[in-house]
Amino acid sequence: MVPVSYYLLLAAVLFALAVAGIFINRRNVILLLMCIELMLLAVNFNFIAFSRMLDDVTGQVFVFFILTVAAAEAAIGLAILVVLFRSRRSINVDDLDTLKG
Amino acid sequence: MIGHVLFFAFATVLIAAAVGVITSRNPVHSAIYLVLAFFTSAGLWLLLEAEFLAIVLVLVYVGAVMVLFLFVVMMLDINLAKLREGFTAYVPLGLGVALLIVIQVAHVVWFRGQDTALMDTPEPRPEGYSNTRELGSVLYTEHVYAFELAAVILLVAIVAAITLTMRKRPGLKVQDIARQVAVRREDRVRIVKMDAEKD
Repeated sequence: MVPVSYYLLLAAVLFALAVAGIFINRRNVILLLMCIELMLLAVNFNFIAFSRMLDDVTGQVFVFFILTVAAAEAAIGLAILVVLFRSRRSINVDDLDTLKG
Repeated sequence: MIGHVLFFAFATVLIAAAVGVITSRNPVHSAIYLVLAFFTSAGLWLLLEAEFLAIVLVLVYVGAVMVLFLFVVMMLDINLAKLREGFTAYVPLGLGVALLIVIQVAHVVWFRGQDTALMDTPEPRPEGYSNTRELGSVLYTEHVYAFELAAVILLVAIVAAITLTMRKRPGLKVQDIARQVAVRREDRVRIVKMDAEKD
C-alpha cells in the first residue's frame, strides 16, 4: 500500500490536466465533455482515498452517486450535441452565437 | 513494495492517457485514451480496495458512457481543421493554470500535511472483508432516499435524451396502424353491377 497523499497528488495532477484540456480544446464541445469526465474521475479519486484513510465507506457512497450523475450528464450532453449538430452542422463553440453573447 | 510498483505503473499510464486525451488531433483517439484512463483508474481503485466501484467504473464508464461518446464522435461529420485553429494559442495559459493547481494541492498535501494521517499507509483489510457488502449495508439503509433519487435522475436523463433527439421527418412513408385496423370492407371493395357482355 502507498500513503494516501500519493493518491491525492495523482488526483490533483489529473484534475489540472483536465483544466488545461478545457483551455486548450475550448472550441470542440466533445472534448470539453471528455475533460469534464476526467475532472469527475479526479474528484472520485479524492473521495475514495479519503474514504480509505478515514475507514468510512460513506465516501464510496458519494462516488457511487457521482458516477450516476456523471452518466446522466454525459447522456444529456451528447443528446444536446447531436441536436446542435443537426441544426448548425457544426460543434464549434464559436458558431454558437445566436444569443449574441 | 509490490503496491508501490503497481501504483507508479498505473499512475504513469493514467497521466500519459490524460495527456493523450487533451492533445490528440482526432476526437476518436481522445475517446480511446479516455477508455485507457478509466481502465487504469479502475486498477488504482482496486489498489485502494474499493473493488465494487472499480468494477462499476469499468462496466458503466467503459461499457456504456464511452461507447456513447464513440458513437456520437463517429456519427458527426466534423471539420477537424477548423476546430484545431488557435490550438497552441491557449497552451501557455492552460499549462499555467494547471501548474498553479498542482502546486497549491502539493503544498497543502505535502508540506502542510506532514505528521498528519495523510502520510499514513492504510492497513490492508482483513481476510474475508467484503467491500460490496459494506457499501450495500449503508446504501440501502442510511442513504436509501439518495439512492431512489439517483434512480429518478437516471429516468429523467433517459426521457430527456430521447425527447431531445427524437424528430418527425416530413414526407416519410410510415404505416398508420390505427387506420389499418379501423378499415371496413366498404372502404376498399366496390361491387359494380353490369350486364354480361355479348360479342
